[in-house]
Amino acid sequence: MATSVAVGDTSQVKKNWWKANQRRLAPWIFLAPGVFMFLLYVIFPIFESMWISFYDWDGIGDATWIGWDNYIELFDDDAFYVSLKNNVIWLVLYMLAVPAGLLIAIFLNQNVTGIRLYKSLFFFPFVISQVVVGLIFAWFYAPNFGLLTKILAGLGLGDIAILADERFVTYGIIAAGLWPQIAYCMILYLTGLNNVSPDQIEAARLDGAKSWRMLWYVIIPQLRPATFIAVVVTIIGALRSFDLISIMTDGGPYGSSRVLSFYMYEQALSEYGFRMGYGAAIAVILFLIMMLFITGFIWKMINDERGVR
Amino acid sequence: MKRYLAGTASALAVMSWLAGSALAGTIVINADTSDPAPKQAMEEVIAGFKEAHPDVEVELNIFDHEGYKTSIRNFLTADAPDIALWYAGNRMAPYVNAGLFEDVSDVWADNSLDETLKSAAASMTMDGKKWGVPYTYYQWGIYYRKDIFAELGIEPPKTWDEFLAACATIKEAGKAPIAIGTKALWPTGGWFDYLNLRVNGYEFHMELTGGEVPYTDDRVKAVFERWAELVEPGYFVQNHAALDWQDALPLLVQGEAAMYLIGNFAVAPLREAGLTDDQLGFMQFPEITPGIPMAEDAPTDTMHIPANAKNKEDAKKFLAYLAQADVQSKINATLGQLPVNNQSDVPEDAFLGAGFDMLSNAYALAQFYDRDAVAEMAKAGMEGFQEFMVKPDRADAILERLEKIRGRAHK
Repeated sequence: MATSVAVGDTSQVKKNWWKANQRRLAPWIFLAPGVFMFLLYVIFPIFESMWISFYDWDGIGDATWIGWDNYIELFDDDAFYVSLKNNVIWLVLYMLAVPAGLLIAIFLNQNVTGIRLYKSLFFFPFVISQVVVGLIFAWFYAPNFGLLTKILAGLGLGDIAILADERFVTYGIIAAGLWPQIAYCMILYLTGLNNVSPDQIEAARLDGAKSWRMLWYVIIPQLRPATFIAVVVTIIGALRSFDLISIMTDGGPYGSSRVLSFYMYEQALSEYGFRMGYGAAIAVILFLIMMLFITGFIWKMINDERGVR
Repeated sequence: MKRYLAGTASALAVMSWLAGSALAGTIVINADTSDPAPKQAMEEVIAGFKEAHPDVEVELNIFDHEGYKTSIRNFLTADAPDIALWYAGNRMAPYVNAGLFEDVSDVWADNSLDETLKSAAASMTMDGKKWGVPYTYYQWGIYYRKDIFAELGIEPPKTWDEFLAACATIKEAGKAPIAIGTKALWPTGGWFDYLNLRVNGYEFHMELTGGEVPYTDDRVKAVFERWAELVEPGYFVQNHAALDWQDALPLLVQGEAAMYLIGNFAVAPLREAGLTDDQLGFMQFPEITPGIPMAEDAPTDTMHIPANAKNKEDAKKFLAYLAQADVQSKINATLGQLPVNNQSDVPEDAFLGAGFDMLSNAYALAQFYDRDAVAEMAKAGMEGFQEFMVKPDRADAILERLEKIRGRAHK
């Protein structure tokens, strides 16, 4: 009898504790599944990659601890620097998608018959899979029968195989990547333009603002949320440029179009890739580069929010 | 079978669990035979095996040929079939070393395969054990346009000087002497193999691909000097780095290029594209250093039992069946390749006949650069060869880089 009373007491206590803390705990309980998934599939693999990067491991046999050797090798690896350089080229040139998207969006932001059709035609490349974009451009650049080759030959520039020339190959792939990326930025700006306040434009017009000044001082500041998203998706797009490279050149000719993500894949997972540790080391470097950008963005976002207050 | 009838519903529910894991008397085969002829050959073998062993069911999973090379690593560890197709030589080393392939020395001993599959025995042996059963191989060599050669008055070259002279004549006639597509890298390995086999011989080639000789050795430099004699005058087709091996075939068919160093698998698509046997010829790679015995590239395709297989007993029956002379005759008739079993019939075909004669008289057989060298070296090596074929002036830098990688890959 006495024990059952005691049990009743503790459950009473528990209930009270739950009531007292319910409001503080409820959000965490709701977050729990998401947090769990995030920890399991994002945070844990990051640390696991760092761990693997200290091993020499072929992915199937035994792993040997080799300390910093993978990193020492990486910083002495020409292919790593080629990939890093290409990553920078990608980041810089991919940014062209943002102003280009803005220009097309402004151009299309008018009321003429059939504008919906034009808009959807401009948006079309984004709907196509990256793999298909890669194939189309690979044929476009193809020596012997590609359209570009024919045009260049017609202009008397000779036979240039863009994808087989170490000087042009990265630019050729970026051009292919820009095609859908511009469409993506354009659609972001088109929705942004819908929200531009007509009052402010009216007021600016009364104050005598026109064309470039109007665009720079009135329209663009109002498009800031759209610009933010456009820049973020473009950076992400540039850093994960893997699929186009894989389809169009497979990293070639002789590795000159590789970026870090592709090099990582090649070393760790491709046909001849049996170097999990080395691949993981590349992944860690790539992660650090991304962290630079991400911290920069978060820092800017926090600053902006403080400024608003 | 009764088990199935007991309860179809529950059987269905369990099916997804059992998928991959074999029931008693079932073997699962994972194959990369996505091209028409290999696919048909595979189906014929299975049909024949079922006839010989009616109690064994066979389940075949066909993978895309290129994708298979990466997926094999996953299924060998995670969800192993009972038979997996793969390649001989160093290409199987990672799986043998990781203990993912089953030792099948008993299949060899029980069926006296050391006799019948003698030519491939060495490339199937590691640590003194046999790790699979070879069933087909094919020759590499120079396929050329007989009619173009006749038109230009060229005889099939036997020596390096004759070969260079032939290239010069073809180039003067406004055609590319040699077709190649190096986008997938491996076609460059054929050129390196043959130049090295002819300049330095088989023993040196095996030492080099085995990682025992530095790439900065003068003998390797000599290979690149010979190679430069073809690259510098532009004897290879332009823009080969943008082409796959199939993309270079039309150049031969249209008569824009006259020769192609490739495996015998190129014959089928060339015939399909309209070349007759009067137009297409086959010749052995010419001699370079006089007196060096002629060794050839002849990659062997094999079947293995994964260490994690569930039905090894029946899988071994399958391998024993696959090794039979009559079975190998039949597969290779469909594949258009050569049987490994020396009791088998060689398919009646001009190119296979020529290839068989060449290989029978060969001093030794190399597998192929990417099967003889370890994976890391093979990738870097073929990339270096491709770079050399575009920028021959970088030869020294390339060889130094390869030497650095050799030092790492063979610690």
